[in-house]
Amino acid sequence: MSEIGVDQWVEQSGDRQEQYSGRTAPIRRLFDSLRPGWRLVIFLLLAAAYPLVVSQSGVRIGITVLLLAMLALGLNIVVGWAGLLDLGYVAFYGFGAYFYAIVTSNQLPAHWPTWIAIPVIVATTALLGALLSLPSRRLVGDYLAIMTLFFAQIFGEVVRNFERLPGVSEDLDLTGGPNGITGVEPWKLFGYEFGTFNRNFYLLLVLLGLLIVALHNINDSRTGRAWRALREDTLAAEHMTTPVNRLKMLAFAVGAAIAGLAGTIFASVQVGVFPNNFVLLFLITIYAAVILGGLGSIPGVVLGAIVIAYTPEMLRDPSTAGVLFYVGLVALTVAMLKKWRLVATALAGLVILGYAVRWAALAIWGDSILGTANDTLISRVLDGWLLVLGQSQEVVTSYAFVLAIVGALGVIAAQNWWRVVWLIPTLYLAILVWENKLALQPSVTRQLLFGGILMVMMAVRPQGLLGIRQVEIT
Amino acid sequence: MTPILELRGLSKTFGGLQVLQDLDISVGTGEIVSVIGPNGAGKTTLFNIISGIYQPDSGEILLDGASILGSSPETIANLGIARTFQTLRVFLNMTVRENVMAATYGATRTRLWQSALRTPSARREEKEVRAIAEEKLGFFGDRLMGYRWDQPAYSLSYANRRRLEIARATATNPRLLMLDEPAAGMNPAETHEITELIGRLREEAGYSILVIEHDMHVVEGISDRVVALDHGEKIAEGSFDDVATDDKVVEAYLGYGAAQSK
Repeated sequence: MSEIGVDQWVEQSGDRQEQYSGRTAPIRRLFDSLRPGWRLVIFLLLAAAYPLVVSQSGVRIGITVLLLAMLALGLNIVVGWAGLLDLGYVAFYGFGAYFYAIVTSNQLPAHWPTWIAIPVIVATTALLGALLSLPSRRLVGDYLAIMTLFFAQIFGEVVRNFERLPGVSEDLDLTGGPNGITGVEPWKLFGYEFGTFNRNFYLLLVLLGLLIVALHNINDSRTGRAWRALREDTLAAEHMTTPVNRLKMLAFAVGAAIAGLAGTIFASVQVGVFPNNFVLLFLITIYAAVILGGLGSIPGVVLGAIVIAYTPEMLRDPSTAGVLFYVGLVALTVAMLKKWRLVATALAGLVILGYAVRWAALAIWGDSILGTANDTLISRVLDGWLLVLGQSQEVVTSYAFVLAIVGALGVIAAQNWWRVVWLIPTLYLAILVWENKLALQPSVTRQLLFGGILMVMMAVRPQGLLGIRQVEIT
Repeated sequence: MTPILELRGLSKTFGGLQVLQDLDISVGTGEIVSVIGPNGAGKTTLFNIISGIYQPDSGEILLDGASILGSSPETIANLGIARTFQTLRVFLNMTVRENVMAATYGATRTRLWQSALRTPSARREEKEVRAIAEEKLGFFGDRLMGYRWDQPAYSLSYANRRRLEIARATATNPRLLMLDEPAAGMNPAETHEITELIGRLREEAGYSILVIEHDMHVVEGISDRVVALDHGEKIAEGSFDDVATDDKVVEAYLGYGAAQSK
């Protein structure tokens, strides 16, 4: 049909991508048909409605989500676009926050007005970012990562120990040492004070919207292309008239400026800053948001931040955690078995197994072993089927937990009907452990579930939720 | 007339290995010069020195009579020397069009804040750059046509990636185009096509061309002049027929015996 060299596979690749398969296809097609601008408008409208329907603590969580989204967008410039592994990023956030805290609290005699403080802080943080980009002239990949990690550590140490400037007045306490700084003033613009959670939420939302528009424009500009080109192949980019060192510096500086800005709002919302706010764990959280959402994708990174920041908060509530747990179990069952006949068999087997175990246990040990079910809807539904234990709970659940893990390994190793055979007792054990132990300890369970959710998401979409599958550079 | 590129007494050692030795090569305006030689003769090193990756130990590199010695690859590219790579180095995770547009960075002026705000001048320049990219890709006719422009570069076939590299190099608006084995890995039909294409790059686009090539059909088809290298030394120079029958060249490729029994 076609001449030599014009391969049909490539020719049709557009059509193939059009035809989404599966049940989510209509939603994905609808999403694709929306222009990016409309997607942003919908997102902003939904987000703007959020504080109206939640409590103050909910708004506080929303602020955390938006801050993380902003930070993730900044990090995405350096890591997702320019391809520079920057582990010092959290220090820029801390720098912005501390700078703002110092100039607007009683650490210094003078209090700076917001309209002076913000530009100065953002510019200084950008400068610091440019400075940190210097090692990236010679170092890439892991080596650059280690270098920048040092920077983050140095920042932490300075903040913890650098309470007084040597040789300057003894009364001058700059960072507050391990105690941090309290009594930070909120943002004040045009006589308007951002003192409440609601106001800060909308301030952040507006800034985030502007940032998304700007970044979207930049991504499609000469600078954005040059950043991505140097990520793909620095040497080739240099040969194609790209000043790579200047662009690396620019990426670091812009990323840092965004982090610095986020830092000032954080300090203002928290009314204080503490060294523990800017530790490596938080850096990993930002990275998790970027990677989970999809490296390089703006909507992806925002979605990643929402998932990463919101999920643990959602899991604080035991009944929500329970719902997520059971939804996860069902989803995993479907994913593992794929065919409806197998799924139905597994569920039927599970029901029978549950009654059988309960009957047998009661026949042997009597009613005295029973405890009371948890006070959630699902638990009450399961009561009468599941063995909710009383005193012997600790021992039984510990063994059941280990067995459930062994069962899970068996499920992974087995195929077809054998998989069903493995799955039935594994599901039962998992539910037994959940209802008897995990649901009672939300603080531990939260982390377990959160980790599990992240692992499943990454396993299903290695390129990130909205990421574009990228090929390795060979 | 001054040649567009002139190399005088170029030498380079890597440790104890003499890679280039007192090399003189010139490329005239509108000329196509081929560099041939067995593997390890120093051809790619020669390209790497001209394009600024390495600095020579001694010698002089003149572009239009002015020295470009010590300039960075970026500066040299801006001055008008563009190159392709033997091992393909396209930006795989960018679209075909973006690959070519990325090569216009040095010729454009929009600042970051202008891009962020999409100011009228930023839009205008973006439009121009798009047009340039489409023109450069259009040079390859059907091979890199319309529907491929928005595909990621990794979805292209090997031969098309080579074409894309050439298109990208031409987008830097060069005077001298350096092609490192443009026909490597191509089938006979595609090789023939590349031969014609290199001719057209000179005739229609007006580039002077320095090309490394192993395929002698291509070399024969395109070269005004051929330079043969072996162990970093120029062993022959002249028309294709002269160089191909030169004793030293035959010896370098096939060994001493073959040269004697010719």
